[in-house]
Amino acid sequence: MNTEIIGIIAMFVLTLILAIPLGKYISKVYSGQKTFLDPVFLPIEKLFYKISGIDSKKEMNWKQHMVALVAINVVWFVLGMIILLCQGSLPLNPDNNPSMTPDLAFNTIISFLVNCNLQHYSGETGVSYLSQLFLMFLQFVSAGIGLAAAAVLFNALKERTTETLGNFYNYFIKSCTRILLPISVIVATILLFNGTPMTFEGKQAMTTLQGDSVEVSTGPAAAFTAIKHVGTNGGGFFGTNSAHPLENPNYLTNIVEMIAQMIIPFAMVFALGFYLNRRKLSWMIFGVMTVGFLALTIPTVVTEMNGNPALTQMGIDTTSGATEGKEVRFGAAASGYWSIATTVISTGSVNSMHDSAMPLSGMNQLLAMMINCFYGGCGVGILNFYIFIILAVFISGLMVGRTPEFLGKKIEAREMKIAMIIALLHPFLILVGVALSTAFPEQGASTLNNPGFHGFSEILYEFTSSAANNGSGFEGLGDNNPWWNITTGIVLLLSRFLPIIGPVAIAGILASKKHIPESAGTLKTDTSTFGLMVFAVIFIIAALSFFPSLTLGPIAEYFTLY
Amino acid sequence: MKTQNKSLFQKELLKEAFLQSFLKLNPATLFRNPIMFTVEIGTVVMLCVCLWILTGEQSQGSFVYNFTVFIILLFTLLFANFAEAIAEARGKAQADSLRKTREETPAKKIFPVGEMYIDELQIVPSSSLAKGDIFICEAGDTIPTDGEIIEGLATIDESAITGESAPVIREAGGDKSSVTGGTKVLSDKIKVQVTTEPGESFLDKMIALVEGASRQKTPNEIALTILLAGFTLVFIIVCTTLKPFADYANITITIASFISLFVCLIPTTIGGLLSAIGIAGMDRALRANVITKSGKAVETAGDIDVLLLDKTGTITIGNRKATNFYPTTGVSEQDFVKASILSSLADETPEGKSIIELAGKDATKNLSVEDSILIKFTAETRSSGVNLPDGTKIRKGAYDSIRKLSEQAGNSFPNDTSDRVTEISSNGGTPLVVSQNDKVLGVIELQDIIKPGIQERFERLRRMGVKTVMVTGDNPLTAKFIAEKAGVDDFIAEAKPEDKMNYIKNEQIKGKLVAMMGDGTNDAPALAQADVGVAMNSGTQAAKEAGNMVDLDNDPTKLIEIVEIGKQLLMTRGTLTTFSIANDVAKYFAIIPALFITAIPALQGLNIMHLHSPESAILSAVIFNAIVIPFLIPLALKGVTYKPIGASALLRRNLLFYGLGGIIVPFIGIKIIDMIVTIFI
Repeated sequence: MNTEIIGIIAMFVLTLILAIPLGKYISKVYSGQKTFLDPVFLPIEKLFYKISGIDSKKEMNWKQHMVALVAINVVWFVLGMIILLCQGSLPLNPDNNPSMTPDLAFNTIISFLVNCNLQHYSGETGVSYLSQLFLMFLQFVSAGIGLAAAAVLFNALKERTTETLGNFYNYFIKSCTRILLPISVIVATILLFNGTPMTFEGKQAMTTLQGDSVEVSTGPAAAFTAIKHVGTNGGGFFGTNSAHPLENPNYLTNIVEMIAQMIIPFAMVFALGFYLNRRKLSWMIFGVMTVGFLALTIPTVVTEMNGNPALTQMGIDTTSGATEGKEVRFGAAASGYWSIATTVISTGSVNSMHDSAMPLSGMNQLLAMMINCFYGGCGVGILNFYIFIILAVFISGLMVGRTPEFLGKKIEAREMKIAMIIALLHPFLILVGVALSTAFPEQGASTLNNPGFHGFSEILYEFTSSAANNGSGFEGLGDNNPWWNITTGIVLLLSRFLPIIGPVAIAGILASKKHIPESAGTLKTDTSTFGLMVFAVIFIIAALSFFPSLTLGPIAEYFTLY
Repeated sequence: MKTQNKSLFQKELLKEAFLQSFLKLNPATLFRNPIMFTVEIGTVVMLCVCLWILTGEQSQGSFVYNFTVFIILLFTLLFANFAEAIAEARGKAQADSLRKTREETPAKKIFPVGEMYIDELQIVPSSSLAKGDIFICEAGDTIPTDGEIIEGLATIDESAITGESAPVIREAGGDKSSVTGGTKVLSDKIKVQVTTEPGESFLDKMIALVEGASRQKTPNEIALTILLAGFTLVFIIVCTTLKPFADYANITITIASFISLFVCLIPTTIGGLLSAIGIAGMDRALRANVITKSGKAVETAGDIDVLLLDKTGTITIGNRKATNFYPTTGVSEQDFVKASILSSLADETPEGKSIIELAGKDATKNLSVEDSILIKFTAETRSSGVNLPDGTKIRKGAYDSIRKLSEQAGNSFPNDTSDRVTEISSNGGTPLVVSQNDKVLGVIELQDIIKPGIQERFERLRRMGVKTVMVTGDNPLTAKFIAEKAGVDDFIAEAKPEDKMNYIKNEQIKGKLVAMMGDGTNDAPALAQADVGVAMNSGTQAAKEAGNMVDLDNDPTKLIEIVEIGKQLLMTRGTLTTFSIANDVAKYFAIIPALFITAIPALQGLNIMHLHSPESAILSAVIFNAIVIPFLIPLALKGVTYKPIGASALLRRNLLFYGLGGIIVPFIGIKIIDMIVTIFI
C-alpha cells in the first residue's frame, strides 16, 4: 500500500487507541473521582476559589450553569478588547506591531472567545506577544468552556430525576487543569524538540541559501500551537497556520498536531460511555461520526491524490497529486486528510490552502462544517450531536409506536422546539450571511479574488467556517474590512452560545422529568439501526439544506472541470 | 362491531368529503396546519403570477406552464383537505350509526306532584329529558337515554350497541346500574335517573372531538407539528436565500420554480395527512366500540407498560365449567347425576351445557324433560330448575339460595356437602348445589376455564413490552394457579378496590404507565389514577366519568386492542414523516438541475434521472408531490400494521419500508410522470 495512505491510517488508529483511555480519565475527572494530578492542582484550585470567593461545591441547575458561562465570557471579552485596542502601547511588543482597528479587534476577540479563531489578521504583523499570550489564554478557556458545558450534559443524562447538575466553575477549572493543560504540555514539548520556536525575542535576521537576508518572525509558538490543536481552536501563531515550517516543521509534528486536535473530541464520546456506564451508546455515536468522517475523507484524499485533470491534459506530471497550495513535506494524502479532520472538528488550523483544493474536496470541507457534529469541537461536538439524537429519537420513537424517549426521559413539545431552533440556526446563519454578501456586492462580493463559482464558494466558506466556529478560511477573500469583521463576528457569537445553551437546556429539562425504566417496547438507542437513523437525520437536515448553495459553488465547479 | 367491514371510501361519505375539501381552503381553518398554510400562500402567489402573465408579462414563462403549476398546487391542498375530511366523515358516520340507536323514543317521565308524592307518569319525547329527570321503563320499552337505575332490576338487550345478543342484567345499587339509551328492556321494570344533559353524552363528546372545531392537538401531535414547522422554516430560508445566490451567478429563476421547489421540499405529505391520522386513530377505537374522551388517551395507550386485567371475563371464560359431581352421603351418584342432568337439560347457559357434557352421553340418553315446567334463572332466586310431570321439583343454584330453600322446607343442610362447598370455593372453583323436593342431593364443582388463545395474547403483549397483571378476588393460591396457567406476569389476589389503586400508584412511581378496566363505583378512583382507564358501558356513572375511555362492548380483553390502536397511531405518524422527508432527496435531484441547467449546462451531470426539460422536471416533481397524498390516504386511515417484534426490529423494518422506500419511490415516480408529461409538452 502507498506509504502516504499508511500514514493517514496510522494517524487515525493512533488517535483512537489513545482516546479510549483518555475518555476513561475524563469521565473520572467529571464524576469527581481521584486522579493522579489531584496532588498538583487541588491546592492551586483551592487558592483560586478562595480568592474569587466561589463555592465550587454549590450545586447549580441548568440555568445557573448557563448564566455562569455567559458571565465569564463577557469578562474575557471586555479584557480582550482593551488589550487588542491598546497593544501598540502595551509591553511585550518587540516588533512594534500597531494596535488593532475596533472592528478587527471585535472580530478577533469574539472569534477566540468562541473557540473559532477566524483570524482576519496575520500573526506576524497583526498582534503583539502580549496579545498572543492573551489569545493563548482564550484558546485554553474557550476549550474549557466547551468541555464544561459537555460535562453538564453528561451529568444531566444520568438515570435519575434532578434539578441540580453539579457546579460550573468546578467543571470548567477541572477541564483546563486536568485535561487541556497536561495534554498541551506534552504536545508543546514534542513540538519544541522538533524546532518550533518558544521565545519572547523579536524577528530574527538570517541569510538564506540564495544569499538573501530575511527577517524571520518567531515567538512563543510551541505553546501556542499545542493549545491551538488540543483545544480545537485552530488560530495559527503565524499567518499560514500549520503550513508554516516553524509551526509544523515535519511529518512527525504533523502527526502529533493531527492527534492533538482529534483526541479530545474522540475521547469525549468515550467519556460519555464511561460516565453513564453505557459504552455501547458511545460506540454507536462514535460509529456514526466515523462513518460520516470517512464518507467525507476518502473522496477528498482520492481526488487530491489523483491531481487536477486540467493539468494532466496539458501534459504536466500530476503523479504526486494536486500539489497547488500544499506543503511537499506532507504530500497530497496527509493534506487532504488534515483538511477534513480540521473541518469536521472545529479546529480550523490548516496545513495546506483549502482555497487550492479540488472542487470535490472543497465541497467536503464545507459539508464537514455544515454538519459540524462528526466528532466536532472540544465538548461542543457532542452537544451538537445530542440535538440530532433528540430529533432522531423523536422520529424513530414514533416509528416503533411509542411516544419518544431518550435514556428514560420523554421528549415533548418544549424540547422539540429548542432542538428545532438549534438545528435551524446553523443553516439560517450561513445562508442569510451568504445571501447578504451576494445581495450587496459592493460590501461582500467585491472583495473576492476569484470570480464565478469559486468566488461563491469563498463567501460560502467564510460564513460556514464562522457558523461552525471553525476558523479556517478559503482565504482568497479580502476579509479584513468592517463588513466581514462585523458580520462574521455576529455569526460567531450566535453560533457559539445558542448551540451550547440549547442542548444543555434540553438536557436540563429532561433531567428534571420523571425517569421511565426501559422495557421490551423501549427503543434501544445504542444499536446500529438507531445509528443509521441518526445518520439519516444529520444527512437530511444538515446536508440537504445546503444542496442548492453547494450546487452553485463547488458542484458547478466540479462539473465544469470534469 | 357491526360496521367494521365497510370499505374505506363509501359513496355517501365521499360526497361530503369533496365538499369539505373546498370549504377547508378557508385560510382561517388552514392556519391551524402551518405546513399546508404555506402551500396555500404559494398557491395564491401562483394565481397572481398567472394574472400577471395575462397582463403581458414575458419573464415568467408561458401561461399554460404557470397555470398548470397553480392547478397542481391547488390540488395538493385539496388532497390534503380531502384526507382530513374523509377521516372526519368516517368518524362521524360511525358515531352517527351509534347515535341512530337513540333517536326520538317516547319516555315515561315521572312528575312528582304535590306533597303526597303520588307521582304522575307522562309520555314525553326523549330529547326533552334533562339531567336529573326520572323515568320508568317496563318490559318491551326502549330506554330513551343514558341513565342510572335507582330502583328495580331488569334484563336488558344491549345488542343495538354491543352486537352481543345475550341479554344482561342491570340493577339498582350495584356496579351494573347503568343503562344506555337505545337498548331494550326485556323483563321487569326499572326506575331510571337521567345522568346526562341532552347533547352531552360521551358519544356526543366523541363526535365533537372528531369534528374540527373542538379537536385539540395532542402533546405528541404538537411536538411533531413543531418538527414539521421547523423543516418548513429551513426550506423557507433555503428558497429565499437562493434568490441572491442565483442573481450573483446571473441565473434567473422564475417564481413558479421557486414556489415549486419550496412546496416539494417542505413535508407536505405528512403535513397533509397529520390530522387525518389522528382522527382515524379515534375512529379505529370507535370501530372497536370504544368511545375515547380525548385523542391523548389513544396516544397514551400506545405507551402502556402495565395492564391490569380482571380475571373473570378476561383471562377466564366468565362461565365456569362443571368438573366434578359430589353426591351427599346417602345419595347414590347415579341419582345425583340424573337430577343434575334433568335440571340442566333445558338450561341453555354454558354452565348448564357443561354439566350435560360432564355427565356423558350414556347417562343422558334416556332422560327428557318433556311436559315439565321449566323454572328459569332469575337474579332474585339465583337458582333454576324443573318441575317434572310427577311433581318432583329439582332445583340447582348457589349454595346460599339452595340452603335457604331446604331450610325453609324444614330440611337441614348436610354437613359433608357444606364442607365440600367450602373446599371447592377454596380451590378457586364455584359450587352449584342441587336439590330434589328441597332436599340436598349434592354439589357440582365448576371450575374456571382459561380462555382459549389468551396465553398467545399475553405472549404478544410481553413482546410489546407490556406487563400483564391479573386482578382477582380469589385466594392467593388459586390466583397463582390461574396466573401461571394463563401466563400473566403478576397477580393481585383477594383484591380490594384500594389494592388496585395502590398497585397502580406503585407502578407509576417507578415511571410506568398503567392501563386498567373497571366498572364499579369502587373502581372510579383507580380508573382516574390509571393513565388509561377504560370504563365499561354497563358500569356506574362514576366509573364512566373517572375513566378516559368507555367500552360499549363491556369486553375486558378490549384493552389489548386499545394498546395496539395507540401504537398504530404513533407508528403511522412516524413512518409517514420519515417517508415525507426521505422524498426530498429525489425532489432535489429533479428540481435543482432544472433551476440552473440553462445557465450552467455542465450541471447536466446532476440530472441523474435524465428528465426531459426543466419545465417537465419541475412539473413532474410537483405532480408527484401532490398525488402521493391521495395514494397514502388509505394508509393514514387504516394505520401502519403493528407487529410485536421488538423495538429495534420494528425500527429496522419501518426504516427499510418507509425510509429507503421514501428515497427510491419518488425517483421512479418522478421519472414516470416526466415521461407522461413530456408527451404533452
